[in-house]
Amino acid sequence: MTTPSVTQPAAVAVPHDPERDLLRVENLRVAFGEPGAEQEVVHGVSFSLAPGECLAIVGESGSGKSVSARTLVGLTGGRSRVQADRLELDGESLLEMSDRRWRSIRGRKVGFILQDALVSLDQLRPVGKEIDEALRLHDWGGRPARRRRVRELLELVGVPEPEVRAKQRPYELSGGLRQRALIASAIAMDPQLIIADEPTTALDMTVQAQVLEQLEAAKRRGKALILISHDLAVVSKLADTVAVMAGGQILEYAPAERLFARPEHAYTRALIEAIPSADSRGRRLSPAQRRAPLGAVERRPESDGPVLSASELVKRFRGPDGVDRTVVDDVSFSLGQGETLGIVGESGSGKTTTARLALALLDPDGGEVSLAGEAWSGLPERSRRQRRREISVIYQDPLSSFDPRWSVEQILLDALGEEYAGAAAKRARAVELLELVGLEQEHLKRRPLQLSGGQRQRVAIARALAPQPQVIVCDEPVSALDVSIQAQVLDLLADLQKELGVSYLFISHDLGVIHHISDRVLVMCDGKVVEQGSADDVLVRPRHPYTQKLVASLPALERPAPPTEPLREVAA
Amino acid sequence: MSSVAQTPAALGAPGLRQEPLPPAGASADARARRWRFAKRIGGRLLGALFVLWAAATFTFFVQTLLPGNRAQLILNQQSSQQQTYTAAELAPVEAKYGFDEPIMQQYLDYLGGLVHGDLGTSYQQHLPVLDIISEQVGPTLVLTVTALVLAWAMALATILFTSRRRRLVSSAGSGWEIFSAGLPYYWLGVILLVVFAIELQIFPVQGGTGVVGLVLPALTLAIPLAGFLGQVTRDEFEKVLDEPFVTSARARGMGDFQVRLRHVLRHAVLPAVTLSGWALGALISGAVIVETVFARPGIGNMIVTAATARDVPLVSGVVMLVAFVYVVANILVDLAYAVIDPRLRA
Amino acid sequence: MSSLASPPNPTALGRQPSQPLLWLRRLRPGVALAGALVAFLLLATLVPALLTGKDPYAVDLSATLQAPSLEHIMGTDQSGRDLYARVIYGARESLLIGLGATALSMALAIALGVAAGLGNRWVDGIVSRGLEVMFAFPVLLLALLFVAVFGPSAATEILAVGIGTAPGYARMVRGQVLAVRDSGYVEAARALGHPYGSIVRRHIFPNAMRPLVVMFTLGVGQSIVWASGIAFLGLGVPPPAPEWGALLNAGRPYVTQAWWLEVMPGLVIVLFSLSLTTLGRHIQQRLEGGISR
Repeated sequence: MTTPSVTQPAAVAVPHDPERDLLRVENLRVAFGEPGAEQEVVHGVSFSLAPGECLAIVGESGSGKSVSARTLVGLTGGRSRVQADRLELDGESLLEMSDRRWRSIRGRKVGFILQDALVSLDQLRPVGKEIDEALRLHDWGGRPARRRRVRELLELVGVPEPEVRAKQRPYELSGGLRQRALIASAIAMDPQLIIADEPTTALDMTVQAQVLEQLEAAKRRGKALILISHDLAVVSKLADTVAVMAGGQILEYAPAERLFARPEHAYTRALIEAIPSADSRGRRLSPAQRRAPLGAVERRPESDGPVLSASELVKRFRGPDGVDRTVVDDVSFSLGQGETLGIVGESGSGKTTTARLALALLDPDGGEVSLAGEAWSGLPERSRRQRRREISVIYQDPLSSFDPRWSVEQILLDALGEEYAGAAAKRARAVELLELVGLEQEHLKRRPLQLSGGQRQRVAIARALAPQPQVIVCDEPVSALDVSIQAQVLDLLADLQKELGVSYLFISHDLGVIHHISDRVLVMCDGKVVEQGSADDVLVRPRHPYTQKLVASLPALERPAPPTEPLREVAA
Repeated sequence: MSSVAQTPAALGAPGLRQEPLPPAGASADARARRWRFAKRIGGRLLGALFVLWAAATFTFFVQTLLPGNRAQLILNQQSSQQQTYTAAELAPVEAKYGFDEPIMQQYLDYLGGLVHGDLGTSYQQHLPVLDIISEQVGPTLVLTVTALVLAWAMALATILFTSRRRRLVSSAGSGWEIFSAGLPYYWLGVILLVVFAIELQIFPVQGGTGVVGLVLPALTLAIPLAGFLGQVTRDEFEKVLDEPFVTSARARGMGDFQVRLRHVLRHAVLPAVTLSGWALGALISGAVIVETVFARPGIGNMIVTAATARDVPLVSGVVMLVAFVYVVANILVDLAYAVIDPRLRA
Repeated sequence: MSSLASPPNPTALGRQPSQPLLWLRRLRPGVALAGALVAFLLLATLVPALLTGKDPYAVDLSATLQAPSLEHIMGTDQSGRDLYARVIYGARESLLIGLGATALSMALAIALGVAAGLGNRWVDGIVSRGLEVMFAFPVLLLALLFVAVFGPSAATEILAVGIGTAPGYARMVRGQVLAVRDSGYVEAARALGHPYGSIVRRHIFPNAMRPLVVMFTLGVGQSIVWASGIAFLGLGVPPPAPEWGALLNAGRPYVTQAWWLEVMPGLVIVLFSLSLTTLGRHIQQRLEGGISR
């Protein structure tokens, strides 16, 4: 492919050979709602795709990326209206099709893969049946032939012992295996086009890598692949062409190499800038925000010892089968003042339990936690209560951490201590806190439900700051947010740390986020600490095999050179 | 705690998520799973015995609350007169029914009797309660089981055809469910009786125990239950329709009705299945009213007469019978649940 | 560019500007009808004479078993008494029985449900087992047992319906309490150092009890249906009181000749119960739309 010149409009930047194209979409528009009161959510999108190539459609929630892709399988939903100048698959128009014709396209000509197999495969049926169903629906072969084919398919996607696995249900399979089974069910009829809608979201890092591997294999077999994702890094390895969408439009449409090396649209640039990673350490991820200066909030006085430390923590839970499971096993760490300790691990690694132990919301079965050098976990709750103001918490889902009946004002006033005498002083302090996190007085009267996701997390941060804590435990605080909002929240946390000297115990499954924000890192696996040390030591030069595997599975983004010195490095 | 990034863990069995089952140990694992399942069923049986014991205890002590002298009551019932008997006249009756013994002894005798299937003796008919009940219970069981099957069929049909369709169809379906779930048996029964038996004369006014006579009573019992089961199932059904695995099935090329029937329904019936055990007990008590409306033979007419005549052992016997049906039905429900949702066997 | 994602439009999310009587115009016709019927029957309990000029006890042997007409809109009974007047005058006792039974049932449900939800594993286990036992006694059979022991009366009806419907509500209350107890905001309050008592008072109780308003509304309708079923069998308030269930029982022998004696009082009960359900669901939607997810 040739690199398009800069002056060309982004939307026509990718040259293609109409002879080869499997898929041609021109001026696609999708609207929802009752006739007369329709709301258009996709405003004239065009793209095309040849066999053996991968198009990535990237955008944040509400960008219209998923809806655009679903027009190709006719699954945009009951009250939608799809219009286009051209919507062609393999020379056949997909407009105005009957339900019967759609059914013959779905699965047979287009394979559609949705995120987590734990929710996108029927939990009550063996995976073999699900794959078989894809064949049966298109009258493929007799029962014995189908059985052989199911076996072949499972082998093709790298499932060992396919006969045994075919009889198991998704929840009985490991994350990687059930994800492979999901892919097998989508490619059963050997469709020419495969659409993967957020195929790696909510998956553990190592499983993500396996899924991408399988998609790449399909591409090598000559399939056309559409990859929908909010994550530029995930698509960077696979995509030949990238379409960046926002607000129902394609803002930039370019060959992947070009787009990552020299993003033209400001939105694309910001999106790339916003990705936290090793390279982004110490730099802002989002354009600077207007925020109130520090005001009356005091910086913590310097202190020497660790503000929070844990030694040899052990926690067991009894499973439903009556067997004890050690969820946290011999975990020790210490957190200094103004420092960020990142805890990274996959689901079930015990990181959230560790957070709750640190907060003394759970009592350990062994070991102890001390706060500011004094006993913490061993104390009775009565004596802990006064000291709870020294350590606060931010959750992944702020909405569920707010009483649904309360306004932002009630939430903040509730978190303030006795030191503010009188309602006026308390209110003034609440406003101050809001401004500190980049919100305004007008937000006081709102209920959390009336705020956006990013605003809710800011309120949660304001609440965590209200008691003027030494330590804030951040449990996956940005995992549910879009990349740009995540960038703003991470920047805010970094600013607050600089200004207030507060320490963070920062928990995340995302290596990039952890690398960006942490001074030191703790890697957890099956309840144990497998490696800890400075962020660069652990994540750039990992020693433990598990950490090495994690780091290797991290999809690295080909970054553009820093804008200040663009060409010199290339020349050198 | 709600703040876990990997929420799907909550959907499956958490312990099984980590490790795939090793094929070599699969048979050992299956054995362990069967053992755990057997233990659960054993626990359920013990729980069932507890419920029966507690029900018996409650029933017994309510009986002892009967105001006045029970022997007196029995003699009055025999003679259909209100008069006061002397202690000498009461003594043989008291001895016959064991009223002269201490209350704890009576309680233990009652429990011992139950274990041997002895539900006591009717005050009015002077026959063993078990004999009276077994003579009458047949038509009632036929009626209730028919009604349960009918209710399920109606509820599922309504759900499959009206849930999440065009707005008019959907609201008609859910509106009907709300309306029919609140219909009292006596009213529905009278309406059906007046319309189909008296005015149109399609069905007999007094149907007896034949198939023709079963139609109206069974419908009367089934329609409100169908509405109730439908309401419970509809909520779940619409939730499941939005699940990603449903989209997956459609994306494979499955038609709408097939998706509903093969994928969605199985997930959506679970709450209603759970309620069916309770529903069977409630149906028996509904049958009391329905049998009265349609003058149908069964325990209904008998127990109303018994209650009015204050024949406490007979009423208690029926109460114990219903408790027994409830307990058995719930064990069956548990088994059905495990068949529908294999995750519970794990 | 100031921000990548455009935040949702605040006016779209915020409250509509309030206009006087706007709620009246937005009221759906079904809800309005239901409200009107409930108001009408409430009026009947307070001043029945306002709604009918006839005496519910006045025997008129020249007009027995008359079908509904303009003179007697619900017809007359075997003694020539006006059925509409009897229904209106019977509203008070019927509603009192329904309210009493629901109040008893709710009180039991809250006590048991809260104990199970907030208590430790043992309390929860005992209460849950107890509830399972209570489920084994359907309302009507409980009523039959109580009538056999204590004799028929309004109090027996209230007791039977109250106890019989309690376990269902208790299970709901328990579920609510547990859901709120394990919610993120209760943990957040703990992390802020609030004492347990204040968390129960300020978070758990208000949030767990909110659905009870709706349950109570639905429950009164259901209780009246159950109580009238008991009375229909002749196990309720003795004649000649015009209580609705008693009217049903009185009409039973004449059902083949005078359908209105059964159908009309039954219709009032059905419509009343349906209206309460409609209102309850409406309140529920308003509550959910306004506050929770």
